[in-house]
Amino acid sequence: MINRLISLIRKEFIQIVRDPRALAITFLMPVMMLILLGYAATNDVRNIALAVLDQDQSPASRALIAAYRAADYFQLAYVVSSEEEMRQLIDNNSARAGLIIPPDYSEQVNSGRSAQVAFVLDGSDPTVANTALSAAILIGQSQSTRIVTQRLERLGMSRAALSPIDVRTQVWYNPGMVSAYYMIPALIGQILQFLTTLLTATSIVRERERGTIEQLIVTPLRPWELVLGKLAPYVIISFIDMLEVLIAGTILFRVPINGSLILLLTMSALFLVTTLGIGLLISTVANTQQEAMLTTMLTLLPSIFLSGFFFPLAAMPVWLRAISYLIPLRYFLIIARGIILKGVGIASLWSEIVALIIFAVLVMSAAASRFRKSLD
Amino acid sequence: MTETLIRVSGITKNFGVVRALAGVSLWVKEGEIYGLVGPDGAGKTTLIRLICGALRLQAGRISLCGFDVADETERAREQIGYLAQRSAVYEDLTVLENLKFFAEVRGLPKEEWAERCRWLLEFVGLAEFTGRRAGQLSGGMKQKLALAVALIHRPRVLLLDEPTTGVDPLTRLDFWRLIIRLVRGEKLTVLLSTPYMDEAARCTRVGFLHKGHLICEGTPRELRSRLAGRILELIGEPASLLIDLSRADRQVEDVQRFGNSLHLRVQEGQAEMVIRRLNEAIRKAGGRVHRLQLVEPLLEDVFIVLSEG
Ligand SMILES: Nc1ncnc2c1ncn2[C@@H]1O[C@H](COP(=O)(O)OP(=O)(O)O)[C@@H](O)[C@H]1O
Ligand SMILES: [Mg+2]
Repeated sequence: MINRLISLIRKEFIQIVRDPRALAITFLMPVMMLILLGYAATNDVRNIALAVLDQDQSPASRALIAAYRAADYFQLAYVVSSEEEMRQLIDNNSARAGLIIPPDYSEQVNSGRSAQVAFVLDGSDPTVANTALSAAILIGQSQSTRIVTQRLERLGMSRAALSPIDVRTQVWYNPGMVSAYYMIPALIGQILQFLTTLLTATSIVRERERGTIEQLIVTPLRPWELVLGKLAPYVIISFIDMLEVLIAGTILFRVPINGSLILLLTMSALFLVTTLGIGLLISTVANTQQEAMLTTMLTLLPSIFLSGFFFPLAAMPVWLRAISYLIPLRYFLIIARGIILKGVGIASLWSEIVALIIFAVLVMSAAASRFRKSLD
Repeated sequence: MTETLIRVSGITKNFGVVRALAGVSLWVKEGEIYGLVGPDGAGKTTLIRLICGALRLQAGRISLCGFDVADETERAREQIGYLAQRSAVYEDLTVLENLKFFAEVRGLPKEEWAERCRWLLEFVGLAEFTGRRAGQLSGGMKQKLALAVALIHRPRVLLLDEPTTGVDPLTRLDFWRLIIRLVRGEKLTVLLSTPYMDEAARCTRVGFLHKGHLICEGTPRELRSRLAGRILELIGEPASLLIDLSRADRQVEDVQRFGNSLHLRVQEGQAEMVIRRLNEAIRKAGGRVHRLQLVEPLLEDVFIVLSEG
């Protein structure tokens, strides 16, 4: 019996190894996705090209420009001599923002009045514009605080008396607020889901498509042996893929794994039960590998959009957030991010773990009741 | 006393609204080669799949060597080797890997299957190709590998679904030689389906399946004798004239072409009359008759009558 299982698994591995294209996709795709999502799909806005029109040309105006330059949000790309020139740069996307310092800037500052500078912004990319706007305001405010402080200090007042409230922000868990840190745990979940679902569904459907399932049916293999033998190789492959992403993530993006690796692997195994079950369910409805692939995509899309993979759950409208409770990946992402970024343990994740267990049981029993060792 | 190995009684199978089999019963005795014939869509594949338990029965019973297919499925399956209509071997495995896989999955110990594999590969003529991927074999060789796979566990019953369809004539002959050797040497009982009448004629018994009903069965000789004295062979020229005149005769029920000859089916006891009348009519119309005489009916003639209802 155990021998039957082993020979089924061995056969599956021989077939996997002899399909180099599928093998390459299986092992290269996760790293490619990691690199793409880690580098490209990041929300970090840095180095916004800034054009500066300094009509004042004084020590005060240069100090303001230096303050903008010091923050790595902006990169001083152009120094222009007219508003017209600035408009052209923004129109052809060479610059995304512009800073205009009026001719009387230093005069206003030195005489103790409020000086006005203009900040021009290309709003076509809201993410960039939002970041640029808040950064510009912050930099302007801190510069004005500094000027006021200097002025009052000259009058002999102490620093503490000047700012009664001093808000110091401190970001926990992901202090650099690097998107990659947020993405990599999500990517692990998404890879586990996508690959296991797709691979198991197609591996079973392939037997049907090529007619070999008929030959398997007439053997004394039990249905559960057939299922286990077909699934086991892909469980192993999915785990290798997951480790691959973890290792690549720590090397390429220096994602710290703060929590227990064992817990992370255990939770991944739990999540795998659900995704394998989904693959198995798909294999009972799809007749061709193509159908299996399309159906997998169909289950994947809501998972990506509603699990908090890209879009934070907190930002969703209530009804969408309600639907997100039906997406197993949602719970796994909370668990994975919790373990990897926050280093938390079972105690703070138990409700998600229970949810995953419920999904695993439901999906597997649905799959088991539908999967039959027969052609109809 | 010979044992009845396949016992099919009153089975029905519907696919949605399509009735694939409607109350079919048949028995196959030990050592027989039973041929199922019938046009495409008659239900041959469905019947064979039900016998090997690949499809679930909706009504009726099937037992194989005394084991009920529905209740003792796995015991019943141990008795059968099955060759599906689409030969199903793993194309990315080698010849030997295919055999080994199915042997292991069947639970055979290595000592047993290693010897059996050698014998089977020799038997089907694939001994030189053990290391070749099945996908690189010709259609006929693939079919022989599938046959070897079906025989790996020494089944008592062999189910073959159109084993020679799409295979070249030489390989077809080869295949039949193998089947006959198996029946004699390994005491195998065979149930096969075929669209070819010449193959049906080699079976010990033939059943004719039509739209899900087993219309009739018997030995090829019995079936042919149903039309004894009613089939005329006509050879002559021009062909179109012969056909037209034959069709025009009121006592001729049917005209079929077989190569360069025509088979005319005449009403019971009318053969002599028709021969005289047609000879005259053709000569009058300027045609020539080389041969016009009563012949042994072919199975084809029988099945044409049967499928007319
Ligand atoms: N899996 C199936 N689903 C739906 N209809 C089927 C299926 N298998 C066979 N049929 C239908 O059952 C009838 C008998 O088919 P089949 O047994 O394949 O005939 P044969 O093998 O004699 O050509 C046909 O009308 C066919 O369309
Ligand atoms: Mg068929």
